[in-house]
This record gives sequence, structure tokens and C-alpha cells, in this order.
Amino acid sequence: MVLLKCPVCGGDVQVDDNALPGEVIEHECGALLEVYMKDGKLALRVAEQIGEDWGE
Amino acid sequence: MRLGVAYDVLRWEERDLFSEARKLGYDVRPLYIKDYADLVGNSIGENLDAVIQRGVSHSRALISTTLLESQGLRVFNDSLTLVRCENKAITLSLLVKSGVNIPRTAIAFSKEKALEIARKLGYPVVIKPIEGSWGRMVAKAVDDDSLYSLMEYQDYTTSQFRTAYVIQEFVRKPDRDIRIFVIGDEAPVGIYRVNKANWKTNTALGAKAEPLKIDPELRELAMKVKDVIGGFFLGIDVFEDPDRGYVVNEVNGVPEYKNTVRVNNFNVSGFLLKKLAEVIKK
Ligand SMILES: Nc1ncnc2c1ncn2[C@@H]1O[C@H](COP(=O)(O)OP(=O)(O)OP(=O)(O)O)[C@@H](O)[C@H]1O
Ligand SMILES: [Zn+2]
Repeated sequence: MVLLKCPVCGGDVQVDDNALPGEVIEHECGALLEVYMKDGKLALRVAEQIGEDWGE
Repeated sequence: MRLGVAYDVLRWEERDLFSEARKLGYDVRPLYIKDYADLVGNSIGENLDAVIQRGVSHSRALISTTLLESQGLRVFNDSLTLVRCENKAITLSLLVKSGVNIPRTAIAFSKEKALEIARKLGYPVVIKPIEGSWGRMVAKAVDDDSLYSLMEYQDYTTSQFRTAYVIQEFVRKPDRDIRIFVIGDEAPVGIYRVNKANWKTNTALGAKAEPLKIDPELRELAMKVKDVIGGFFLGIDVFEDPDRGYVVNEVNGVPEYKNTVRVNNFNVSGFLLKKLAEVIKK
């Protein structure tokens, strides 16, 4: 597990070492977070909203 | 096989593809397209035999596919297939030219002409964006007044096609539609999407998936659609019209299949991955 900070509430978020970018995590504060890679390390940012061009 | 899976949002389908590919002994590489950047025509360092495109954003899926193709990679579905699927005007025009039944569909570029043609089709009519999915902004208009208002709403979207109004007859299908999957040269599995409360039968809008037995007529229709649209993995949406029988509503180039796997107990990822290996060898 990697310990990261929620970019919305600043609280702790435990992320699996094997997490992949694009994984969406719901934090206990209600924020939807997205895992991505920053400088070769796992990081969190606010997940993207559903876009007009999203779908099948 | 060395396989890339291009994706932006990691859903059940993408995780399943990774785990099924590993079971088959494939060397599978996640390609997170959201943070992907490369030179057009650059040779990607990785020697991939194939890439499966799973992008949920249509623009990212299409453009990353062209980028990967420019680097000499084979992407499934390929960029032109994605274009033929994403744009309903293109999909429907290609299908109708090949003799596939579709809902009677009109396209107008002014509200006046749209109203004229809606009256000819007969209310209620359906208005929908040329590009879109999950039933978003698909609406039923019962008269001139409601159609006019819906077109005004469309005018204020940011869609590049907002001045093209797609007006369709309202197909009196039963409380369900059909989703059938083409994988390679087969149509192995499908579902009914049943909703007694909503005429829009997208599972994203609460329709229940039920197993479908694919009769020979449906299978033949699916293979014909594949011949017209191209590609390797398609989700074809079909209505049962009381008079005309099967009519094809649309074709999805990056289909979701979690519910299909669940209700049919059919391993879509595994089937797709094995079919892909056959195609690559050819
Ligand atoms: N002309 C029509 N007559 C009757 N029902 C329709 C018609 N067009 C669409 N529907 C219903 O509305 C749903 C959504 O429409 P459509 O599939 O065209 O939109 P979409 O946003 O592209 O959905 P998808 O997620 O399947 O790509 C369909 O599944 C169907 O149940
Ligand atoms: Zn938080």
C-alpha cells in the first residue's frame, strides 16, 4: 500500500501498490479520485467528469 | 502475443481483459491514453502485436488510435471503424446503402425543415445527437412545440454537430431492445435490454439485461453489419419493429459487456483475446 493525500480534503488515501492509472477511487469525503503517474510515482487527482463525448 | 490495451477509465471490462490475457499467457501492457503523448509516426519503443482500443472518451479513443496506427501498430477497432460507429449519420447512411433496415431517419439543418419532416414521419419522433451514447440527450417529441424546444436545447450544447438535427420515427418496439456482439468473424453472444418503465433501454439508464438466443436471422444481420462497418469487436443495437422485423439502431465501437458476461455466463474477454490471436497470425 502507498499512502497518498486526497487532493480535495487532504485526508489520507491508501492506494494499492499495483494500482493502475485510470483507476477511480471514491474517498470517504465523497470525492471521486483518479490514480495517475507523476514522475514515475502513483499520484491522485480529481476524477474527470463524464464528458459529452463519452460512451460506447 | 504482446498486447497493448489502450484505455482512459479503468472499468470492469479493462480489468477483465488484463486478467484474461494473463491467463492466456499474453504479455499485456496497459496504455493509459489520457497521459499518453508521442510524435505522430514515431516508432513506439514497445513491440506490440496488437492494441485493443477501450477509450471511453470518443475523441481520445479515435485520436489515440490514429496515433498508434501512425506508429505502425494494428489497433482493434481501427480508426476508420471508430469513425463509422461514433457518427450516427455515417453509420446509418452506410447501413441503409447496403440494404440493412434502420429506423426511418431524417437529418435537417434548420428547425423549420426539421418540423416539416417530423410531421411527415408522424409524431412522436425521436431527436438525438449525431454523436453521443448511454442515451444522453435522446428525447421523444410529441408535437411541433416540444420538438422545437428540444432543438433549441441542442443549439446550446457544445457539440460540433449541434446544427444538424437528427429526427427519427419512434419505433414501436416491445419493452426491450437487442444488443448483439460481433467478435472477429462470429456473433457469439447478446442480450435483451429490458425496461418496462423507460422507452430508452440503455443499461446505463436502468434497463435489465437478459440472455438472448441468437437466431440465424440475427446472426446473419450482425455479420452483414460487420461487413459494412468493418472492425473486429462491435456492439450492435437492434430494435424489433412490429412490421419490419429487425432494424439496426446503431453500432458501438468500444462496447461495454459486463452485464452480457454476467447474464450469459460467457467469457467475452477470453473469446475476444483468442480471436485476436487468430487475426494477428493471418
Ligand atoms: N427511434 C427510436 N425509436 C424507439 N426507441 C428509440 C429510438 N431511438 C432510440 N431509442 C431508445 O433510446 C435508447 C438510446 O438511443 P440510442 O441508442 O440511439 O442512443 P445512444 O446514446 O447512442 O445509446 P448507446 O449507449 O446504445 O450508444 C435506445 O437504446 C432505445 O431504447
Ligand atoms: Zn477526500
